[in-house]
Amino acid sequence: MSVTGMTRREWLLSDAPLTRRQARLGALYQGWLTFRANKLAMFGLVILILLIGMAILAPWIAPQSPFAQNLAGRLAPPSAEHWLGTDALGRDILSRLIHGSRITLFIVGTVALIAPIIGLFIGTVAGFAGGWIDQVLMRITDIFLAFPKLILALAFVAALGPSIGNAVLALALTAWPPYARLARAETLTVRNADFIAAARLQGAGPMRLLVRHIWPLCISSLIVRVALDMAGIILSAAGLGFLGLGAQPPMPEWGAMISDGRAYILDFWWVAAMPGLAIFIVSLAFNLLGDGLRDVLDPKGDKS
Amino acid sequence: MTDPLLSVRNLRVTFATRQGEFQAVRGVGFDLGRERLGVVGESGSGKSMTGRAILGLVRPPGRVTADRMELEGQSILNLSERKMRRIRGSRISMVMQDPKFSLNPVMTIGDQIIEAYRLHAGGAKGQARQKALDMLAAVQIREPERVMAAYPHEMSGGMGQRIMIAMMLAPDPEILIADEPTSALDVSVRTEVLNILDRLVRDRGMGLIFISHDLNLVAQFCDRVLIMYAGRIVETLSARTLHEARHPYTQGLLNSLPRLDAPVDRLPVLPRQDSWRDGGPVGESLETDLPGGL
Amino acid sequence: MLTVENLDVWFGFPPDRVDAVRSADFSVAQGESFGLVGESGSGKSTILRAIAGLIDSWSGRIEVAGRSVTGDRRDRAFYKTVQMVFQDPYASLHPRHSVDAVLSEALRLQGMDDIDNRIQRLLDDVGLGRGFRFRYPHQLSGGQRQRVAIARALAGEPRLLLLDEPTSALDVSVQAEILNLLADLRAEHRLTYLMVSHDLAVVGHMCDRLAVMQHGRIVEVMTVDALRQGAARQDYTRHLIHASAGYERV
Repeated sequence: MSVTGMTRREWLLSDAPLTRRQARLGALYQGWLTFRANKLAMFGLVILILLIGMAILAPWIAPQSPFAQNLAGRLAPPSAEHWLGTDALGRDILSRLIHGSRITLFIVGTVALIAPIIGLFIGTVAGFAGGWIDQVLMRITDIFLAFPKLILALAFVAALGPSIGNAVLALALTAWPPYARLARAETLTVRNADFIAAARLQGAGPMRLLVRHIWPLCISSLIVRVALDMAGIILSAAGLGFLGLGAQPPMPEWGAMISDGRAYILDFWWVAAMPGLAIFIVSLAFNLLGDGLRDVLDPKGDKS
Repeated sequence: MTDPLLSVRNLRVTFATRQGEFQAVRGVGFDLGRERLGVVGESGSGKSMTGRAILGLVRPPGRVTADRMELEGQSILNLSERKMRRIRGSRISMVMQDPKFSLNPVMTIGDQIIEAYRLHAGGAKGQARQKALDMLAAVQIREPERVMAAYPHEMSGGMGQRIMIAMMLAPDPEILIADEPTSALDVSVRTEVLNILDRLVRDRGMGLIFISHDLNLVAQFCDRVLIMYAGRIVETLSARTLHEARHPYTQGLLNSLPRLDAPVDRLPVLPRQDSWRDGGPVGESLETDLPGGL
Repeated sequence: MLTVENLDVWFGFPPDRVDAVRSADFSVAQGESFGLVGESGSGKSTILRAIAGLIDSWSGRIEVAGRSVTGDRRDRAFYKTVQMVFQDPYASLHPRHSVDAVLSEALRLQGMDDIDNRIQRLLDDVGLGRGFRFRYPHQLSGGQRQRVAIARALAGEPRLLLLDEPTSALDVSVQAEILNLLADLRAEHRLTYLMVSHDLAVVGHMCDRLAVMQHGRIVEVMTVDALRQGAARQDYTRHLIHASAGYERV
């Protein structure tokens, strides 16, 4: 495809792309260059890629089964055999952490998919339609915002019954209001823009304006916000697990693991500290990633 | 011969970008006396950046270098922010294009002028207040008392711009840099604002750098005109002889304006030539003819 | 082509109601180029927006190509007849849509077929080569953006173009290019123009007749020839002409 004498980099950075594909790839490459310039964000990305790799390969890289009990070797400190020690039932903590990454990713992925979509939809419809639709939707959002997130999630789980699926659902249902507010604010700033008026003059209906013109402008700030909120979601999920309302034993969910270790925290610190450390590292990684994404996606950063 | 008010030689403003270094201003030099100096160019010609560089308002990653940048013989190139702040406002002031963005929306106009004055000149509040009233009167505001108590949003564009000028003039600067001061204004208001600027230059012996894209306006208003293209001065001439401009860029700019008194079917377009980017400026020397005043 | 009778446009509700346009009357013949001139706040752009259906709070009569319109509802036939070019080319193009996406969406909405060839033709029409087809707005200069906006307006082959200060955000040399382009397109496609501008010289160059507006009212309707000969009857028009001529030292 590339013209002779043009390196791939020049082809991608060309100001005059010749095909749709080149234009898209060029835009992506520009974004990647900006992202790559942020060292901390790259660090976050590497950690998350490792986490995903770990989750996919869990059965092969985990030294032991996460459920294999060995009551004789319970509460063993970190050693060559058990790198991160064992818990109260003699299960290898490292293996449980590795398998637990799957649960963490499942929670994070599902919430990150459901909550922003609900928020995007409600927020943009409210902002775009205005009038009483805006009033009704935003008051509902306010009601959700009025309760602390974890309390509301607790209420949902209590009603639906404790299980990992319900925990995820509860988290998603309590996480959307901030996204709705954000999406509405973004919509209000572009609603009266000339390019919307121009599309309307071409005969574009409200659905098309919403999906093709307004959503693309809201999505980037939502993505950044989601990445930054990830840490909070992981902690909420851990909190539900800690309270025994999320993953049920013997599932190796990180929050539940901390909860298990609580009883021995003074004498056998590693039981609670290791999953805590895992949560900390992953939360940090998401935060750094969100920061880098903001550099790339924030329209204000485009000017140069 | 007395020194010029401001003397600039080989001024460069450089920005580092992913594609390498980009020079927004490439070796600009001129002297300013107590006169009205027009700086004309299209967007991206570096005219505003020149004004900002003189005031030390170029932010990193922008870098300012010059062989000389002197205010009455004293170098003001890359001074520390603290020293620059003492010069900015009290000796060189700047009026921006849109007064709406330059005034604080939650302070009354009187308080803002008084604050600006006391910041530079100190003094008692009562004295500053009197000075503010004088300034508002100087920019032909009819009811200065009422305007002092008003908030910026209650003012029209022309009023706002006059207030900005009053504020900039309170500390009696020697040089006023006006960056497109009338572009956001309607034509009928424009004349009034220009009259005010004109009188200030004449009565107070100020040096005025008038940055604009409007070649005709600058020619009618200023004494001397610098034409900038791609970060360089391509031609300097005295305003009276503007229509004898020799550089093809200046001629092209003049011709591309539609005119009521000379209708044409098609407007001549400006064929840009790469050679304009380099090569020396056409026209008179950089020095001012009027170092001492009009 | 266009008749506006007794048009009032207002914003807000009493007691904060602002009357932006008051009993405006004018008509534009098929093939004519008509200018609306006035200072900021005179209501000239508001008239365009009311015609285009971007404002619903108006009363009076607006008739386009023999058909009356109401409120802010417009049908497909209207959008095929009337299109608009906005003042600020930086605000009138979607920042994340490429030129190709902008034009193909417009063509599709206007019910055109053979989109690929039509995009090429539109780009040729407005003097942009094929190299521009897949660029994003941030890869274009102000003049190039305005050309894209004009191409978008031409997509449905309209007969009346509403031009809202199409060159006031551009440099003078680029303004000359865009004005020439608009003049060529008008001759080529036999378009009718309704052009809003604060610049008397631009209107004098582009239009056959003009209306001078002040404080929401049309002060005077005159031909451009009369304007050139200084035959303005109203004081305000004369004042405007005088002020536009430039600066005179007092």
